Amino acid sequence: MKKFRSMNSNTVLLLITIGLFIIMYAGGCIAYGAKGFTHLQTFLNILITNSGLICVSCGLTVVMLTAGIDISVGSLVAMDCMMLAVGMRNGIGAVEMCAAVLITGIVFGLVQGFLIGYLEIQPFIVTMAGMFFGRGMTAVICTDQVSITQDINAVFYNWANAKIILPFGGYLNNKGKYMAPFIRVEVVIALIVLALIFLMLRYTRFGRALYAIGGSEQSAAMMGLNVKQTKMKAYVLSSVLTSIGGICYCLNTMAGSVQQATGLEMDAISSAVIGGTLLTGGVGNVFGTFIGVLINGTISSIVKTNGKLASSWPNILTAALLFIFIVIQSLFAAMRARKK
Amino acid sequence: MSSKDSTFMKKIKSWPLLLPVVALFLVMAVNILHDAAIGANPLSFFTITLNQTTSSGTILYGRIIDILNRGSEVAILALGMTLVVSSSAGTDISVGSVMSLSASFCCMLLAGYGVANTSELAVPLIVGVLAAFAMGTLCGAFNGTLVAYFGIQPMVATLILFSAARAIGLLLCNNLIVYVRNSAFGAFGAFTGILPTPIIIAAICIAVVALVLKNTSLGMYIQSVGINPKASRIAGLNSKKIIFLTYVICGFFAGVAGLVNSSRITSADSNNIGLYYEMDAILAVALGGNSLGGGKFNLAGSIIGAYTIQAITTTLYALGVSTDQAPVYKAIIVVIIVAIQSAPLKAFFRKRSLKETKEAAKA
Repeated sequence: MKKFRSMNSNTVLLLITIGLFIIMYAGGCIAYGAKGFTHLQTFLNILITNSGLICVSCGLTVVMLTAGIDISVGSLVAMDCMMLAVGMRNGIGAVEMCAAVLITGIVFGLVQGFLIGYLEIQPFIVTMAGMFFGRGMTAVICTDQVSITQDINAVFYNWANAKIILPFGGYLNNKGKYMAPFIRVEVVIALIVLALIFLMLRYTRFGRALYAIGGSEQSAAMMGLNVKQTKMKAYVLSSVLTSIGGICYCLNTMAGSVQQATGLEMDAISSAVIGGTLLTGGVGNVFGTFIGVLINGTISSIVKTNGKLASSWPNILTAALLFIFIVIQSLFAAMRARKK
Repeated sequence: MSSKDSTFMKKIKSWPLLLPVVALFLVMAVNILHDAAIGANPLSFFTITLNQTTSSGTILYGRIIDILNRGSEVAILALGMTLVVSSSAGTDISVGSVMSLSASFCCMLLAGYGVANTSELAVPLIVGVLAAFAMGTLCGAFNGTLVAYFGIQPMVATLILFSAARAIGLLLCNNLIVYVRNSAFGAFGAFTGILPTPIIIAAICIAVVALVLKNTSLGMYIQSVGINPKASRIAGLNSKKIIFLTYVICGFFAGVAGLVNSSRITSADSNNIGLYYEMDAILAVALGGNSLGGGKFNLAGSIIGAYTIQAITTTLYALGVSTDQAPVYKAIIVVIIVAIQSAPLKAFFRKRSLKETKEAAKA
């Protein structure tokens, strides 16, 4: 009992999130067990389709820790995919294009970070401009849908189709053939990113500075932290992680189009918020965000497995979940304020 | 530099409409140069003629009329957005999606659920119109409750409807584009006499808001809440209620804009109605010389700003930029405007001008 009382509201939020994920997944297993929802591969497929989102959400968590926000991520992913697709169609190698995408991410982040950190413009305004810039730039590069086929770039095609077979959890399909569960390259990238950001936030100077700035910008400045520079670094990191996410996303879709990844910023923000990152900054970690991504993935997986629900349902459900968690957060904040 | 000159410069610098008017002149200059470059009459931007058309009779025709007509929705949205920015120091990014939802709801009622193409109205027109307004107001109330009573950052609170409203609209329309080919419904987007109806609707909205702000103390209340919500609460204002009210007004105007926009195309295209309009509305407010940090506002600036945005859009199309690519230029303009207005840059320029005057005094 004593231990329960000593838990703060943030731990409670994270526990609610984990509970929600388990309930949802179990619900999906019970309702759609006959359609193969119980196989390990269903879970792995959630990881595969959402590997880009995991990277993007990690970046967003970093920014949200400083009490900022970055809504440019969705269109930056679209721009990355379009760059990759068009670049490879024009005969540039896969490695070079990936490097180009990462450099674009750094430049994009530097501009946004400078405007937010040094010119003190509201993050939302800057990243909204970034969002429209990215989407428009995608159309400037090319307005058609460009797909990456084996003829265009065999190296990238092989990356995308490489299966990493897991030694456990397989099942026999109805023809009696053993189906081994597998993951893809992008899942490995996403999990490495997740682990690195988790360690960075916990053990490095930069990571701790992010929490300090989110807690109180003034106190952080008085402690001698370089607030402006740290903020700028946070936005650069976010854009770089988004670019890595863009590569993962492209490995998954193998195409670039103007309307790609619309609403991805919404998924990423809701993942972070559902995972217990406070919008007011200073609280949160990427493990919670990871669970948030899994919840979002489970929702769309259930809607897809059902097959009869309209395609706009995942959007509405994600927004509804975000709404519920934001309200819970604000109630917790009100309770804390009353205690003081 | 004589002292007379410097006071004149100061007066100009402190004129609140400086930014939008300069931008408007720049756009006109680009148009004139472009017309001259392609060998057309350099003043064709300003010519307004009476044209005979088969569909709507004698109408006014010209690029300025077109800009005023197409800019109606942005001007209507900018009214609500100005109040929201002023009272809560945040922006309502859901207006475009709310426009789409209101239009879908209106068309769904007018056509009947699940009907994709009709020229007969299922319910009286007034029901559909009021439904669009009601839906907008409802969305505004939802946003307002989150911002005012739950204390959530405005942009995050409105992000919920930004993503969900369009999806709900699609659901209402059964994933179809609902066409209501009825002349009574189309009247809101067509012509009344020789003038396009949207211009008249926008003028009515502007007049009502201007009259209300002039004859009541609402405008002052909104500004004082924006400048310091705590102090105005202590002074006896119900800060939360005022913030809530501005979001409701903003939602209502989004409903009006949605109706006009769907009437123009006599259909509810959930995916495309109001797309990128939130950007234009925010841009209009920023261009109008209003600080996005809340507080004092200037309605006239926002309205000129709205028509300037439309002029920019029309000019971009005239220069051969496609609809998909236009956001790039608008985003750059937004960044430049807010960067000019940002506190550190202002301080930097003030320091430099002080240094210059000091050096001038020494010399």
